[in-house]
Amino acid sequence: MKRKAWMCLALLVIVPAMLLTVSCSKQTAVDADTATKVEPPKAPAAPAVDPKAEAEKRAKEMALNEFLHENVHFDFDSAALSAMAQQVLQRKAAWLTSNPSATVTIEGHCDERGTNEYNLALGERRAASAKAFLADLGIAAGRMKTVSYGEERPLDPASTEEAWAKNRRAQFKLN
Amino acid sequence: MLRRIGNWPLLVALMVVALGAHPADAAQTTIIDVTNPFIRKIPIAIPLFKPLVENAQAAAVSDAGADMVAEMLDFTGYFKIMDRGAFLEEPRILGVSGTSLNFRNWTVIGAELLVTGGITVAGDSLKMELRLFDTFQGQQVVGKVYTGQLKDERRILRRFCSEVIFYLTGQRGFFNSEVAFVSTGTGNKEIYIADYDGRNPSQFSKTRNITISPAWSPDGQWLAYTAYAKNNPNLYVKHRRLSQGFEISYEGLNITPAWMPESSSSPEVEDKRLAATLSHEGDQEIYLLTGKGKIIKRLTSSWGSDVSPTWSPDGKKLAFVSNRTGSPQVHVLDVASGQTQRLTFEGRYNTQPSWSPRGDKIAYAGMTNSQNNIFVIGLDGRPPIQMTANSGNNESPCWAPDGSMIVFSSTREGAARIYVMTAFGTDQRRLLALPGEQTNPKWSPNIESD
Repeated sequence: MKRKAWMCLALLVIVPAMLLTVSCSKQTAVDADTATKVEPPKAPAAPAVDPKAEAEKRAKEMALNEFLHENVHFDFDSAALSAMAQQVLQRKAAWLTSNPSATVTIEGHCDERGTNEYNLALGERRAASAKAFLADLGIAAGRMKTVSYGEERPLDPASTEEAWAKNRRAQFKLN
Repeated sequence: MLRRIGNWPLLVALMVVALGAHPADAAQTTIIDVTNPFIRKIPIAIPLFKPLVENAQAAAVSDAGADMVAEMLDFTGYFKIMDRGAFLEEPRILGVSGTSLNFRNWTVIGAELLVTGGITVAGDSLKMELRLFDTFQGQQVVGKVYTGQLKDERRILRRFCSEVIFYLTGQRGFFNSEVAFVSTGTGNKEIYIADYDGRNPSQFSKTRNITISPAWSPDGQWLAYTAYAKNNPNLYVKHRRLSQGFEISYEGLNITPAWMPESSSSPEVEDKRLAATLSHEGDQEIYLLTGKGKIIKRLTSSWGSDVSPTWSPDGKKLAFVSNRTGSPQVHVLDVASGQTQRLTFEGRYNTQPSWSPRGDKIAYAGMTNSQNNIFVIGLDGRPPIQMTANSGNNESPCWAPDGSMIVFSSTREGAARIYVMTAFGTDQRRLLALPGEQTNPKWSPNIESD
């Protein structure tokens, strides 16, 4: 609640400031058009680059990217976690441990071959398998919500073995 | 307001004769044996109707009317509509009642049934005098006079066709029913409703997110469906016309609604009963809910997925899909005793059961080699009959309210579309084609027009 109030206050200051900046630069542009001699605008001062911080930031981004895009895959009509799926989930657990404030939604998805009602149930069982595995690794259950999309949100709409394998997944989203 | 004023004075005598002869048999007349899978199509002659008072409007209504009746009766798959070029006499000129017809002129060309119509149009009002004759017996078997407005023509003819089908099969037909289905035309799956024959499709839900699994209440006034309006599969119960609705949102899944056959005739939605799959207790089980979503009791209690309930017409049993034996199969629950029996044994993936309104059969989608096909299985232990083959993916079977036809979705022509066939798999044809794909059809009960 306190944090929210802070945000509101910050926005109150920042938003009008931004508006001012926009209108100012517009003014400058108009002046520049009519002026005979145009002074090139000053290049913004480059922020001091700390190579170590930069590398850390990049590594964090990559870890997040992997967290969001590496999916947990399943066999047809199965919510069982293969050895490979378990490895992926180990990495999810590591990320969640090093980002303790993050809460996530685990989406369960299916390929198109079954029928959509049963696949809604299967998708939920897949998401629940992933959640239970992470909870066993010590991730607080309260940080993980699950939702099933059945076969409604395929990553690849093709009707091939390859696409089906890609679509049978648990996918992680940040809340 | 459509008003049926009863029988034309002349017909009253005839009707009295027909009904007077077998008053108790009226509902048991079965000229068409609906249980016989080898239907011989009955040749029926539907000559142009006769304007009883000649004017331009009556002529237009007459011509259109005969074609509409032909189209409606043809839809059932019971009839062979005869070519008018073969007719030896024209009731349009000679007259439409029994006394003015020479039945020999119809039997000689092979017509076993004959429909005649006499039309009177005065301004905006319409009177239709419609008859069905058994030509070999030389007898009128159905005779009705309907009055209404010009715009009621199709509704009047649907009512007449219902009478024809009732006389021939002992069932009320489906001419006052509709089909709800899912279409992706807007970019999202939304529920649409069309007439039973695919006419007048219109968008019903406006979720702007995934919306699936429509289910009609037994009185045809309410639809339940699953939608992701709040990024979770929740159930919505919405009145067909009025802007009344309820959300059912237990944690987890709220899916596959199926209305219980009416035990009370109360129009109140909280008096209706709904079976649906919920997962808020951890496992996916089928629950019995009020129409507003209050849990009455849990119906299944086996580990794994229990989804897609469909009620027996007496409301005593429930067929549903469960993977309790390792693969999705159709099982039947006796609600009172709680006993469950597995129904399907052939194949590794049998889902989407739909219990026939006649009670004796269940249609479902069975998958082999990554393709779904429609099957029908009896409750008598006999093996299933495959209704579709080599025609893409065929899914979501649902029976017409009289059990005479099945609506389903198919990819046989590319994009998924809605198709119909007779209960015996014959006369498969597309019902409609809209932008996007159409799936999940659900046939409504006959809905009395208001």
